[in-house]
Amino acid sequence: MTPIAAAGSASRPGGPEGGGPLLEVRDLHTLFDTPRGIVRAVDGVSIAVDRGRTLGIVGESGSGKTVLSRSVMNLLPKRAALPADGEILFEERDLRALTNKQMREYWGPQLAMVFQDPMTSLNPVVKIGRQITEALREHLDLGRKEAQVQAVDLLRSVGIPAPERRLAEYPHQLSGGMRQRVTIAIALSCSPKLLLADEPTTALDVTVQAQILDLLARQQQERHMSMVLVTHDLGVVANRTDEIAVMYAGQIVEKAPTRTLFRSMRHPYTEALMRSIPRIENPSHTRLDAIPGRPPDLAKLPVGCRFAPRCANAQPRCLEENPPLFTDDEPRHEFRCFFPVGTPAGDEARQRNARAGRTAAGIDMSTLTKASA
Amino acid sequence: MAGSGTAHLRDREDIVLSVEDLVVEFPLGGGRKVHAVSSVSFDLAEGETLGLVGESGCGKSTTGRAVMQVPRPTGGSVRLRGADLTGLSGEALRRTRTQLQMIFQDPISSLNPRRKVRDIIGEGLSIWRPDADAAESRKRVDELLDAVGLDPETSGDRRAHQFSGGQCQRICIARSLVLDPDVLICDEPVSALDVSVQAQILNLLEDMKARYGLTMLFIAHDLAVVKNISDRVAVMYLGKICEVGTADAVYARPAHPYTNALLASVPRPDPEARAPSAPLEGDVPSPIDPPSGCRFRTRCPKAQERCAAEEPLVREIGPDHFIACHFPVDAPEAPASLDERSTAASSS
Repeated sequence: MTPIAAAGSASRPGGPEGGGPLLEVRDLHTLFDTPRGIVRAVDGVSIAVDRGRTLGIVGESGSGKTVLSRSVMNLLPKRAALPADGEILFEERDLRALTNKQMREYWGPQLAMVFQDPMTSLNPVVKIGRQITEALREHLDLGRKEAQVQAVDLLRSVGIPAPERRLAEYPHQLSGGMRQRVTIAIALSCSPKLLLADEPTTALDVTVQAQILDLLARQQQERHMSMVLVTHDLGVVANRTDEIAVMYAGQIVEKAPTRTLFRSMRHPYTEALMRSIPRIENPSHTRLDAIPGRPPDLAKLPVGCRFAPRCANAQPRCLEENPPLFTDDEPRHEFRCFFPVGTPAGDEARQRNARAGRTAAGIDMSTLTKASA
Repeated sequence: MAGSGTAHLRDREDIVLSVEDLVVEFPLGGGRKVHAVSSVSFDLAEGETLGLVGESGCGKSTTGRAVMQVPRPTGGSVRLRGADLTGLSGEALRRTRTQLQMIFQDPISSLNPRRKVRDIIGEGLSIWRPDADAAESRKRVDELLDAVGLDPETSGDRRAHQFSGGQCQRICIARSLVLDPDVLICDEPVSALDVSVQAQILNLLEDMKARYGLTMLFIAHDLAVVKNISDRVAVMYLGKICEVGTADAVYARPAHPYTNALLASVPRPDPEARAPSAPLEGDVPSPIDPPSGCRFRTRCPKAQERCAAEEPLVREIGPDHFIACHFPVDAPEAPASLDERSTAASSS
C-alpha cells in the first residue's frame, strides 16, 4: 500500500487514441463563501475520463458530486470560488481559463449535460423543435430546414414516437420519460465528446429509468462518446460504467474499475453504503446495516478522516490525520483510508474496536456494521 | 387487477382495516374525470405490513389518502375494526381517525419549522386528552422521542428546522404514534432520504412495529424497500391492483406481466448481474381515458383480444398469492408445477 505522491498522477492512462484522457481534473477545489463560513463542496478531487469510457460518480446528497460536474461544465454560480491550485483539462486545455464566450463554443459540440429534472431544464414556453434546433443552427451552421430534419432524426434516435409532431409541442405535453429523452436529444445534438449526466433517472420511474439508461448506453457506444454518470444509486452504475469514484464530504474516498470496486472494496464508507441498500434478492424483514449519524458539515470539517465519526474501523490516528489516497496491488484502485476493508490492517482495526466495544470516535460497535469476516 | 375483484380479501377475526371496491375519481368538467383509483380492495390483519407498490400516477398515494377520508372516496367502503369510515362525518369521523395516522414523503415540510419538537409530538395528546396530567403527557412524549432515537433532553426543546431530514422523519414517526393508533399509513416515508439514512428509518419502523404492535400500510415506489418492510405486497397499475401476495412469493414468482416487468427493471448493485433489460415500451396511458378491459394491456407483451374485451378478476394462483390477469407469466427461472410452488411457499 503506497500513498500517491502527486494527486492525479496515478490516474493518467492513455486513451485508445493516445494522447492522454479526454477529461482530466486535477486537485480541484470548489468553495462557496457563505454566512456560515467557507463550504468546501469539492475538496481536492482528481478524476480522468478516457475517450469512449464511462465514469460513475456515486455519493449521497451533499457529497459534492453535482458541484463537481458543474465545475467541469463551468456552470457554477458567481459566488463559487476555484482556488488556483487545480486544473480542469479537456483535451489538455484548462477550461477554467476560458471566458464565458469561449466556453459557449465548448457547450454542445465538446461537452454537454443532462440534468436530473427534465421539466426545469426545458423551457416551458418554447416549443420542443426550437429548443433542439437552436444548438444545431448555432454550432453546426445549419439552415432552418436542415436543422428541422436533423431534429426529427435526433428525436427518433432517442425513441420518441411521431417525432415530426413533437417538434410543434411544448414540454408540458410530454410525460417525464419523454421529456428526459428530449433533454438527451438536445445534449446529443452537436455530438459532444463528453456527456455529463447528473442523476438523469432519479426523477423517473423504474421501468422508464431502465429505458433511459439503455438509451444513454446505446448512444454512447454509437457515438464513441465519453460519459460521466453522476448518481446516488450504486445499482445504476454497477452495470453501466467502466470506473467508479465514490465521493464523501467533498472528497473521493475510493476509485476503482467497476468490477474491482464491487469485488474488493477497500473504503469502509463504500462497504457501509453497499450494506445499507435493501436488496431485492434478500427475504423481507432482513435487518439493514444502517450507517449511524450523518455526513459532516462542509463548513466545519473534522480534522481527521471525514468518515471516522461513523466508521467501524476508526482508530485514534483517523481522528487526527486525514488520510491521502493509497493504492495497493491494482494501481487504478485508490482509497482514502489508513485501515482499509479486507486488508490485515483493516481487519485488525475492526477487531480491536469490536473487543473494545466502541470505535475511536466513541461509536458503539453494536450499532455498526458487523465485521466483514 | 389490472382488474377488479375481492377474491384476495380474507375472512379472518384479526382484520383491522378492510378496504373494498375503493373508487376515487376527480372531475375535470365536461363530464370527463380522472380515474385515480378504480375498485381497489385490500385488507390488513393485526400486526401486518402491507406494501403498496407502483409507479408514479398509479394511484397508490390517493389510495392511502382515501383510506384517511382526505379526499372522501367516490365509492367503496373503508372499514376500520368493522366501522365504515365512509359513513362517518364530523366528530365521529375525527374521533375514529385518531386510530389512523399517517407519515409523509417530505419530513421537513410536514413539520412546522418554528415549533418545538415536544409540542409537535404532544399536540395529539393536548387535543384528545385535555384532562390528562401534564407530567404524564410529557413522559409519554419523552418516551416516544427516546424510542425513535432522539435524546429528549437535548432535542425536546429544539425547533423542527434545526433537524436534518432523517431526524425530522423520526419526529414525524413519534408524532404519529403518540395516540397509539391501530394503523399507520406511510406514504413514501424514505424516498426523500439518502440510502444510509433510509436504512436507519426502515430499521426504526420495524422496531416500532415490534414495540407498539403496529399495523402498517406502506406505500412506496422502490421495490426493494417495499420488499424489505412488508409481509404482504400489492402491486398497483393505473388505479387497479395487479397482484397481491406474501412479499416473498410475489418477488420470487411474479405472475402478473406487469410485476414481472417491474422487477426486471430494477438496477442491481452488482456488476456481475445482467444489466436490467427494459421490457416495457412506452408510457402509462392517461387515467382520464384508461384502456378497456385490462388496463395494462396496451403495454403488456402477452396481451390478446380477450384482454381488451374482458376485465380480468382477481383469482388465487397459489397460497396467499393472487393476480388479476388472463395470461399470467409462466413460472420464471425455476419452472415448477403449481404443487411444488404451493409447498415451497407454505414451507417458507
